[in-house]
Amino acid sequence: MQVEWIYGLVGGVLIGSAAALMLLGNGRIMGASGIVGGLIDGTTTDRGATLAFIAGLIGMPALMSLGGWQVDTQASSAPLLLIAGGLAVGIGTRFANGCTSGHGVCGMSRLSVRGFAATLAYIGAGALTVTAMRIGLGL
Amino acid sequence: MIAALSGALFGAGLHISGMTDTAKVRGFLDFAGAWDPTLAFVMGGAILPMAVAWRMTRGRAPLAGSTFPAPPRHEITRPLIVGSVLFGIGWGLVGLCPGPALASLSYGGWQGVLFLAAMLAGMGAVPRLRRALDSAETAA
Repeated sequence: MQVEWIYGLVGGVLIGSAAALMLLGNGRIMGASGIVGGLIDGTTTDRGATLAFIAGLIGMPALMSLGGWQVDTQASSAPLLLIAGGLAVGIGTRFANGCTSGHGVCGMSRLSVRGFAATLAYIGAGALTVTAMRIGLGL
Repeated sequence: MIAALSGALFGAGLHISGMTDTAKVRGFLDFAGAWDPTLAFVMGGAILPMAVAWRMTRGRAPLAGSTFPAPPRHEITRPLIVGSVLFGIGWGLVGLCPGPALASLSYGGWQGVLFLAAMLAGMGAVPRLRRALDSAETAA
């Protein structure tokens, strides 16, 4: 447990540095849902940078994993659950205009009221969902 | 180039922090159970450099872009809250949010691919959903 929060902190600083680089370098907010969603619905203004960002985001963990640093994902194997979860995350983050990286990391770090409100809403809804699944369904 | 480096750093951070592990994320959300605080350390660690970066934007321009993002809006709107609640439900169901869903794509198995496909389909449906909701509201 003690080691895990240190990894969490170090990983977090890397995530924040990635967001800082995107902001100071390209003037863009590093929000995963905004970057990917803009590509999907065609509203992205810089296609090249968007594709390069996604390539780095998928490629780096792939390289680390191939290099021997493997982590589990442990996602459920129930197809309907995965589809329902994916749809909810996709639709929800685009309606809210941000996710954990956009509203959480980039929003709260500039004391955005909307960032705090969104983060409170998704953590609250996530906590209720996990608790309901554990108590009600034993999942 | 900057974007690729930012993506790689983001991916490395998610990988190292354990946020691609759905059990750790769902463990954080399980406040009433065996709570796993890791995500709080990740969020705290990420906010620190980003808070410095926001301060550094004052009186400067981005290296490669034209302007910095506009100051944040302050209105708490219905789409913000309803969308975030919907996102939170999906996040709790599976334990993946958009960043980790991409970061774990190479090792997440068919489960990760299916989740990502559904997420992208959901994102793609939002412009149509918005129009349908708008016309329903004007009709009402």
